[in-house]
Amino acid sequence: MKLGRVTGKVWATAKDPKLNSLTLFVMQPVDEHDTPLGTELIVVDTVGSREGDLVYWVGGAEATFPFNDRQIPSDATIVGLVDRVDIQPDGNA
Amino acid sequence: MILCKVVGSIVSTIKHKSYDNQKVLLVRPVTPEGELKSGTMVAVDTVGAGEGNIVLVASEGRAAMEILGFNARQPLRSVIVGIVDRIDCERSGG
Repeated sequence: MKLGRVTGKVWATAKDPKLNSLTLFVMQPVDEHDTPLGTELIVVDTVGSREGDLVYWVGGAEATFPFNDRQIPSDATIVGLVDRVDIQPDGNA
Repeated sequence: MILCKVVGSIVSTIKHKSYDNQKVLLVRPVTPEGELKSGTMVAVDTVGAGEGNIVLVASEGRAAMEILGFNARQPLRSVIVGIVDRIDCERSGG
């Protein structure tokens, strides 16, 4: 799992039916100091994120498993909202 | 598994239920010498790791499922599975 900052929302009318009713966001992966890491991703939201939120997300096959009753065709899924990040001061990270 | 250093932790109230009652830490990959690399990850701790520890992180959903005792696949893949006491590593040309 990694951290990300939700930066925008995506609308797509024509899509796989398994993505119906799911929210798609633009998300920039970030490190613990909010520094962008790599390219922006389109992610499926499962926790009620909003633009500007710091979130954590899971990629790969596990992104397809947020629901008990079905799998979704996603390769990146938001699984938690971050309330607070605690970093040790001398982490020189 | 990869070597990482625990650099912090996160507090999260709204999350997928597979993360309930789990300690979630921030880890950064490190070289065997302890130099930090880029690519901060979020990992669930199962061994009582603390900030500053060098840890082993398994980043595979099936492994996470086994370790955390899930009956079905969950959207969770990075788990801290060990705290490193010592590394003996011979560097080429060193």
